[in-house]
Amino acid sequence: MTTRAPQFPGAPVVRREARDKVTGTARYAADLAPAGCLYAWTVPATVAAGRVTAVRAVDALAVPGVHSVLTHDNAPELQEPDDPILAVLQDDRVPHHGWPIALVIAESLEAARTGAGELHVEYERDPYDVTLTDDHPGLYTPEEANGGHPAVRVRGDVERALAGASVQVDATYRTVALHNHPMEPHAATAVWADGHLTVHDSSQGSSRVRESLARAFGLDPDRITVVSEHVGGGFGSKGTTRPQAVLAAMAARHTGRPVKMVFPRPQLAEVVGHRAPTIQRVRLGADLDGVLTAVSHEIVTQTSTVKEFVEQAAVPARVMYASPHSRTVHRVTALDVPSPSWMRAPGEASGMYALESAMDELASALGLDPVELRLRNEPETEPDSGRPFSSRGLAACLRDGAARFGWHDRDPRPAARQEGRWLMGTGVASATYPVLVSRSTASAHAARDGALRIAVNATDIGTGARTVLAQIAAEALGVDPEAVRVDIGSTDLPVAPLAGGSSGTASWGWAVHKAATALAARLAEHRPLPADGITTTADTEEETGEESPYARHAFGAHFAETAVDAVTGEVRVRRLLGVYAAGRILNARTARSQFTGGMVMGIGMALTEDCGIDPDFGDFTARDLASYHVPVCADTADIQAHWIEEDDRHLNPMGSKGIGEIGIVGTAAAIGNAVRHATGARLRELPLTPDTLLPYLL
Amino acid sequence: MKPFGYVRPASTDEAVRLCAAGPGARFLGGGTNLVDLMKLGVEAPRVLVDVAGLPLDRVTRTADGGLSIGATARNSDLAAHPDVTRSYPVLSQALLAGASGQLRNSATTGGNLLQRTRCRYFQDVSKPCNKRLPGSGCPAREGTHRDLAILGHSPECVATHPSDMAVALAALDATVVLLGPEGERTVPLTGFHRLPGENPDQDTVIRPGELITEVVLPPPAPGAASRYRKARDRASFAFALVSVAATLRVEAGRVEHATLAFGGVAHRPWRARRAEAELRGAPATPAVFQHALIAELAEARPLRDNVFKVDLTRRLALDVLGELTARQSALSARTG
Repeated sequence: MTTRAPQFPGAPVVRREARDKVTGTARYAADLAPAGCLYAWTVPATVAAGRVTAVRAVDALAVPGVHSVLTHDNAPELQEPDDPILAVLQDDRVPHHGWPIALVIAESLEAARTGAGELHVEYERDPYDVTLTDDHPGLYTPEEANGGHPAVRVRGDVERALAGASVQVDATYRTVALHNHPMEPHAATAVWADGHLTVHDSSQGSSRVRESLARAFGLDPDRITVVSEHVGGGFGSKGTTRPQAVLAAMAARHTGRPVKMVFPRPQLAEVVGHRAPTIQRVRLGADLDGVLTAVSHEIVTQTSTVKEFVEQAAVPARVMYASPHSRTVHRVTALDVPSPSWMRAPGEASGMYALESAMDELASALGLDPVELRLRNEPETEPDSGRPFSSRGLAACLRDGAARFGWHDRDPRPAARQEGRWLMGTGVASATYPVLVSRSTASAHAARDGALRIAVNATDIGTGARTVLAQIAAEALGVDPEAVRVDIGSTDLPVAPLAGGSSGTASWGWAVHKAATALAARLAEHRPLPADGITTTADTEEETGEESPYARHAFGAHFAETAVDAVTGEVRVRRLLGVYAAGRILNARTARSQFTGGMVMGIGMALTEDCGIDPDFGDFTARDLASYHVPVCADTADIQAHWIEEDDRHLNPMGSKGIGEIGIVGTAAAIGNAVRHATGARLRELPLTPDTLLPYLL
Repeated sequence: MKPFGYVRPASTDEAVRLCAAGPGARFLGGGTNLVDLMKLGVEAPRVLVDVAGLPLDRVTRTADGGLSIGATARNSDLAAHPDVTRSYPVLSQALLAGASGQLRNSATTGGNLLQRTRCRYFQDVSKPCNKRLPGSGCPAREGTHRDLAILGHSPECVATHPSDMAVALAALDATVVLLGPEGERTVPLTGFHRLPGENPDQDTVIRPGELITEVVLPPPAPGAASRYRKARDRASFAFALVSVAATLRVEAGRVEHATLAFGGVAHRPWRARRAEAELRGAPATPAVFQHALIAELAEARPLRDNVFKVDLTRRLALDVLGELTARQSALSARTG
């Protein structure tokens, strides 16, 4: 008899690097200090728009230990980068507050920082505009929103359908700019040696970073190695190449020595993206049974003058509910702000706040239970495309969640429950996130002694990627996961896409599954093994290249119980319960932490997080973790994640959908709807801080 | 952070001597605020005189039944001290409402009193701030000021004092003992922190080189109940939007004793003297409380984005006074 724990699919296998992380032996990008390493400190622009007219570095260079100062006058010239935010120190233009305008390189971090403080910069200031309004004169309709989605989709005649609807909702919701703020700040250590550039970078995908560096420095990718062995969170902000990789490489080339650079927390906000603020008008029309006749979702958002990024917040309305008439529109204006980018569930997180709040308003207007309203609008096929769903578990999630949460005992009347000084309420919202997958390669190797090794340039940003990939390989090979070594996190390994779009496990796992399956077949033929073992390689170009005839999405339902202090307006989430239908769950332990992590981030979005923008200076005002309030343990009382097993054959060989982002989708709406149930106040702007609730309290 | 000297004096006298020896010396307690400010470039001391190891961490009963709190007593230790939890619960509650467990383990009593405002302009050296750089201006007045003052501010400064502990100490009529080059003196806590006026760079009346050695509490008001409540944006680890510390004794339906202090509303803990005067001897009813609080807050001058604080202060204080009154009547019902 074996005493080993059963390794069934989805087993809650412990993260392989957990011990290294909790004991501090795991090495992150800035933990390396190669011999002779220099330290770089960036100097951010202190004006919101204009030009750098002079940088006087005499005093900075006089600081003991300062090696050199790079500015647009003397920095290595780059080729046009693949992302305009990487064109740092190339010209005198200041496109927004915080844009890096100089780099001070020194023998120590302290000297670099002191030197940065001694740098005298003069600017020519231009007028600037950092304030998004729904009638901003610069608003235009872009071609596409993020993810390649068309900016506008129209079905039927929404205006007419709305005019004729028995019940209508017409409401405008606002979300503020938000920041990802991963625990580990963006950092890079770069070494040029013998014509080869090695960068240890805190990124969500080093293959992509290598491409960016190759392009920017005009190098053959073979002459670049990028390593992202351990990454302390990214939430999208490390999904694209960020300036630290370019700046560190630039400084290493300029000085001929290894260079380490870490963006300090207060600078991060302006160089690593933000979730763009949105103003969203949602109009719903329904008949008296609650069947939708019209859905209109119009987004107004901001981008920067550096690049166009359009938060695709109207896209989930193309997926969620059946309606014969639909209009989904994005408009954007370029402001003098840092470039917005991906933050956990870009599009879905913002858009589902508005859509799911509007659904709650519709349920109230109809006097219909909000779960029932959603069930009555389940589509046969994907509303926008007409494609069949590969699987759609929304109704199951709503029903299962309602049962687990105790939803059916709910008294629908608002402002009718009080426990001591707390006004109590419950709310529900749906969640959705698309199934994305990208081409990946991987290799599997069996050594003569039987040792098994998987190699793939996946990135573990805290999700447990190593562990899940071992499970996938082990299942294909018919062995225990512990018997499989998994090497990830370096461009020396087979090329693989980034950890983003909740697609990492599907993309890497598919290639790993394919390579491991091929290896298993070869192993069955070869006994004994040749001296140098057997290696199989896999490339999923063909499998992932075909567009699926199916609409593929994960779904979920969030249920929240909130307590609002009747005296102060403070909102606390007492319970948050999510149920997800996301294909096959590959590791119950790491999956749960992805789901609940997303839900916690949703609490922050609902109640506390707000970058603030200062119209007088053009910068974000909450730039550290003391002022930018992410939820703390005390804000996260009772959080539960459950899932419904789905057997969906139209996904990938593992049968999985992405799980990294759906936990945040709809969470803010569920909380907002619960607050409305508790107080009777329908607030349409996040976050729901005490000052916003006070006017509605007796 | 610029290089700095670091010394650990063996006695309070030596500490004072070291700090008085030249400009640019700062006392270091738990370092939970000063070190942050050094990292931000707001503070650049020439030398740190580390007083955290001095034997000033004792909490002892005074001869008259009050409490002497050593300046280096850690916030955590003070919050859990039996004499504090028994006789001054408002102080324990205020301490536990502040910061996080880790910070409270490090922060000292003296350092807590001397912490600086968290006004975002004060902390950002790329911007003007009259408190950091006198005469440079106050962008907070028209800028980001939701968390800032509604009472006692000046055209030069709208900062708030961030301490929770100090609000409770204000309500408890604490005294601050200072040791300086010219000897020892005492200052009532309510007079220790200043209003900004034209000199917002001066948070307190402390003189150069003076060291806080202890904070002394008078004996607890006989029969009074006390309470600290704090409204904030998240459940923990956030500064007060508004906080209220109160002590109250009600007898036969009348207020026999009342002290009231507000946090998060001014450049210093705001002792609500006017409200107290109205309360004393008056019937302990919500209408009376309401009237007293409105009188106190009549002089509030909120800024564009912190108007809510006037209402929030009134509501929270009203609720605290109501809670204390209810506890007093429950107590007298049991004992009577």
